Amino acid sequence: MTTKIYIPRDAAALALGADKVAKAMEEAVVARGLDVAIVRNGSRGLHWLEPLVEVETPEGRVAYGPVKARDVVSLIDAGLVSGGDHALCLGKTEDIPFLKQQTRLTFERCGVIDPLSLDDYRSHGGLRGLANAIAMEPMSIVTQVTESGLRGRGGAGFPTGIKWKTVLEAAGERKYIVCNADEGDSGTFADRMIMEGDPFVLIEGMAIAGIATGATKGFIYTRSEYPHAIATMAQAIEIARRAGVLGPSVLGSGRAFDMEVRTGAGAYVCGEETALLNSLEGKRGIVRAKPPLPAHKGLFDCPTVINNVISLASVPIIMDKGAAFYRDFGMGRSRGTIPIQIAGNVKHGGLFETAFGLALGEIIDHIGGGTASGRPVKAVQVGGPLGAYFPRALFDTPFDYEAFAARDGLIGHAGIVVFDDTADMLKQARFAMEFCAIESCGKCTPCRIGSTRGVEVADKIAAGIEPEKNRELLSDLCNTMKFGSLCALGGFTPYPVVSAMTHFPDDFKPAPVAEAAE
Amino acid sequence: MNIHQPRGDVSGRTLAIIEELKGLEGPLLPIFHEIQHEFGYVPQDCLPVIARELNLSRAEVYGVFSFYHDFREHPAGRHVLKLCRAEACQSMGGDQLAERAKHLLGIDFHETTPDGAVTLEPVYCLGLCSCAPSAMFDGEVHARVDAGDLDALVAEARR
Repeated sequence: MTTKIYIPRDAAALALGADKVAKAMEEAVVARGLDVAIVRNGSRGLHWLEPLVEVETPEGRVAYGPVKARDVVSLIDAGLVSGGDHALCLGKTEDIPFLKQQTRLTFERCGVIDPLSLDDYRSHGGLRGLANAIAMEPMSIVTQVTESGLRGRGGAGFPTGIKWKTVLEAAGERKYIVCNADEGDSGTFADRMIMEGDPFVLIEGMAIAGIATGATKGFIYTRSEYPHAIATMAQAIEIARRAGVLGPSVLGSGRAFDMEVRTGAGAYVCGEETALLNSLEGKRGIVRAKPPLPAHKGLFDCPTVINNVISLASVPIIMDKGAAFYRDFGMGRSRGTIPIQIAGNVKHGGLFETAFGLALGEIIDHIGGGTASGRPVKAVQVGGPLGAYFPRALFDTPFDYEAFAARDGLIGHAGIVVFDDTADMLKQARFAMEFCAIESCGKCTPCRIGSTRGVEVADKIAAGIEPEKNRELLSDLCNTMKFGSLCALGGFTPYPVVSAMTHFPDDFKPAPVAEAAE
Repeated sequence: MNIHQPRGDVSGRTLAIIEELKGLEGPLLPIFHEIQHEFGYVPQDCLPVIARELNLSRAEVYGVFSFYHDFREHPAGRHVLKLCRAEACQSMGGDQLAERAKHLLGIDFHETTPDGAVTLEPVYCLGLCSCAPSAMFDGEVHARVDAGDLDALVAEARR
């Protein structure tokens, strides 16, 4: 019987040498005449163990990692093909604590299946949600999504079902489903992992959205920085089209839905939904004033559902197992699961999907294992470049939209970047302003000008020039940006700046050198 | 990557690209991507051709071209090294790595070495934040890049 060996094709694994490992494995099995098939799967999300090689055994999959090309021969010698022991052997994959502690709903198949095998997808529960949706009235689908409690995973946390209902009820000959895959936040990679590891779940989610709202065309707008995700998504769409999952009659239902992938061009602001729509239309990625809402006048002025990748990829399981199944996970108004991305200076970085409600400290210290450098954690930034910096004193905050908001933070797209005690929080605050200045679309003054002035003021503080006055000025500037900006770029840049000032005031004190000069 | 010098007639090949893509909904970004893929940058001679074919003003077309960081007005070096400058990479020494790259190449970001070998560019997140710092060299991704890895990439680029 052919033994399957899994070597990921996820970009993180590739960046750590997975292709070289696959090549070495190929050569080794051929040289020894072993009956082996190499499957290039997505990543399990245990990124400190990448490339993570798995072998299928009668007892389940056995994992080895991190594997380098030079380890391959010794792994084969140790009997890898039958799950043999080796210094790199991690035991059964599903027993690795980082995986075992997770609740994988959206990422159920990611890293498990061959991402481009529709048969694999089907045999692991895929397309059941879409089949159920086709048998339902559009309003019933929308109700089921609403009742699941699913909220926008891009960061805004707006109820997905309500958005869909607005589009369903909007009058229009033509409607669109737009998937926001412009995952530009540092510390996030969940969208990328799904697109590379389980692209059909996103296709299925978008098809369900189309059937539910009467939209017949979908776009995935993703980033030029994600070439592997683009290639995998484009191939998956082609496969889905050939199999009748997409096209003039979705799964033989007589209802049409098709989609394509579009690539951005390096503008962070295009992750803002209205800037994204302009970019899709072939315009500058300038933010639009709301109203009108995209649900009423979105892409090409047509009613448009615009959802994040993870929101859409969570829909199939809701349509498969029901609203109550999904809603039963989580806390408060944050229902279901959230794929937390643990990144930066952390020992066990990767993707951890779990029900809402886990304490931040639990995620950093226990699941993430503390810093990679071994030094104390100074701060964590949650929610990307527009998210607040939290000190250890706030590590009891549960991972929940409202709990973070109550502490002047946000969970955003659920990325966490860990910093050790060498981090200079004034420098981080300055960077937040600098990033906003580089990426501002330029439409509104608080963002366009405020960010540039913010960099200058931060520089003055660093140079010890009238520090007290300039700290006050920086706070005031943040206030103007927060309340005067058109979108979250200018509006949320104050989060990292103000949180850094509030929680790490010592870093904003003038340099002692300046004092000595007087 | 090779330096693509426009051979023959830029507007003819631009027209062929436009012809192929103009049926798309919102074709302008796909057209720019394809032109940059074809020539290695966006020759400014293309802009009036695009404007005419898509019935847009030249100002609109230039406005879109200039808005996006990806589109180049001039050819890049034979190799392009992109270093991630975002927070996750900063937390793992990305700034020091960037300084080292600038020093090794003798150029700043957005510049090309005088021998035309390497263009150095910042990138704000490659989505490899759990294995920072990261880089992209001629489209290939690299994670947990240390000084030695960087030196090897620069040496390869210089060859």
